[in-house]
Amino acid sequence: MFDFCADPKAIEGLQWLSCYLTTPKHAAMYYSILTVLGLLIAAVPPILILGFAGALARRSGFAPIRWIGLGYTSIVRGVPDIVFFLFFPIALDQAVEVIRHKIKCPDVVGSVYQGNDFVVCQAAKMPLGPSPQWVHEAWGFALAVITFAIVFGAFTANTLHGALAAVPRGQLETARAFGMTDRQTFWRVHLPQMWVYALPGLSNLWMILIKATPLLFLLGIKDIVYWAKELGGMKTQAYSYPHPDWRVWYFAALLVFYLLLTWISQRVFDKVFARASRGMAVAK
Amino acid sequence: MSCAESFAAYAFRAIGYGERLLPKSDISLCDQIFLIGSGMMWNVYFAVVAILFGFVFATALAFARVSGPVYLRWPAEVFVFVFRGSPLFIQFFFAYELFVQLPRVGVEIPLGFATLTASTSWLTKAWLGATLVLFLNTSAYSAEIFTGALKSIPRGDIEAADAFGLSGFKKFRRIVFPTMLRLAWPSYSNEAIFLFHSTALVFFSGFPAWRREADGLYYASYFAEATFNPFVPYPIIAAYFVFFTLLIVGFFGLVSKRLNRHVAEPQKVKFRLGSMLTR
Repeated sequence: MFDFCADPKAIEGLQWLSCYLTTPKHAAMYYSILTVLGLLIAAVPPILILGFAGALARRSGFAPIRWIGLGYTSIVRGVPDIVFFLFFPIALDQAVEVIRHKIKCPDVVGSVYQGNDFVVCQAAKMPLGPSPQWVHEAWGFALAVITFAIVFGAFTANTLHGALAAVPRGQLETARAFGMTDRQTFWRVHLPQMWVYALPGLSNLWMILIKATPLLFLLGIKDIVYWAKELGGMKTQAYSYPHPDWRVWYFAALLVFYLLLTWISQRVFDKVFARASRGMAVAK
Repeated sequence: MSCAESFAAYAFRAIGYGERLLPKSDISLCDQIFLIGSGMMWNVYFAVVAILFGFVFATALAFARVSGPVYLRWPAEVFVFVFRGSPLFIQFFFAYELFVQLPRVGVEIPLGFATLTASTSWLTKAWLGATLVLFLNTSAYSAEIFTGALKSIPRGDIEAADAFGLSGFKKFRRIVFPTMLRLAWPSYSNEAIFLFHSTALVFFSGFPAWRREADGLYYASYFAEATFNPFVPYPIIAAYFVFFTLLIVGFFGLVSKRLNRHVAEPQKVKFRLGSMLTR
């Protein structure tokens, strides 16, 4: 990075630190912050879609769909999210590979579970063995996004369900009295008014989502937790920048990073609340 | 191995009794059910200890925030902010690395009849270190809930207590504390469920599983890796968690009934399962 970094063993103090913190590996750590933010952004649309689907399913007039909605939201809520984070990536991976196995290698007979092994033909591997590294990483990231969507979709469905139920009945009755159809009532009155009731729950969920992002580490993604462990570990004299075990400092930095992230989010949400509840009769 | 044999071998494996080695080949359904079940003892232990101590500390924190002197209020605010604003996963990692760095000393605790020598190295073990983190974490979340409840105690209740000549500890014990609990209870039961679910994080976040004695999820992921089949162990542990969650809901529902027993029907604080997300 800097010119004086050519021989790290010869420099000291702040100079050493500035060189140390700008090594390529540290750059990879800063880059992984983008992974965290990318996951947050990528996960929100599918979470909202699943949340809406779940909430509408729970309000459906057709009982089996209602049961599916209720089952989805209650199972995900009754089980720790970390169980899903360990389960879904493997399960989805295997499901995709089994389907590809059935399509691409129809001549291979026998179960894919052989003893203590999971066997599919080479052509069914996902992603294919010789694919470049970035394909593997993208696939892992996609699985992570889907997992987050499934788990937080259930939480969101709960929140939206509660918010839809919180809209005063009088509002809907008035809409109907004005001659609106069910569909019009939903899109023009019910949905716009729901947001105020949903916002506190959704902001809470956003906070939970932020605090769940370090679990990416468990999904085998090189996120900031991975780099904190990797870079913080003791480095002997064989390395350019030898240092004792500094993991505690790295994790302290992560703590501060997350505190900042949640603090900023809270400030933004406070502003949004103030805006959203203008002109509505909600308790302050 | 028959089911009875795997019960003998693994039902108490997580606390050090039974077979030393984890099942490697010919893993039966019974092996999985019993070993994961034995791991659940750790989850229950973490949750019970953290919630019991956390309840007391959270009450103290809430009072410090609402009516404490400034030199108590500020630390309480910072404590709650730090533990609620950062992920528990990172807290575990940080705490573990911190405990590892602590100098190895014995701390003498006089118990009156005997002296207990507590070693700081215990903090690097899950049974103490992780419990401590969980305790601090749930204290912060519960303190936030209790603070909200304290602030929404009806003024009339307090004024009535003053009018009756209640003051100091008596007012706290008879009026403020029960009302706070009654108002906080639905959210607090949610927090208890969340905390119980968080116990599954312990052995994935730095704390080593000594002699492979660990919680249910540790064994479930072990089985998923050993059999390459996630569709058996994870549903088993999910079922265990749902079962214990229902127990928590049942217990908190009973307490809720008792807290609300004197209240007229329409004013009761409704106890609904999972109606609020507090985390």
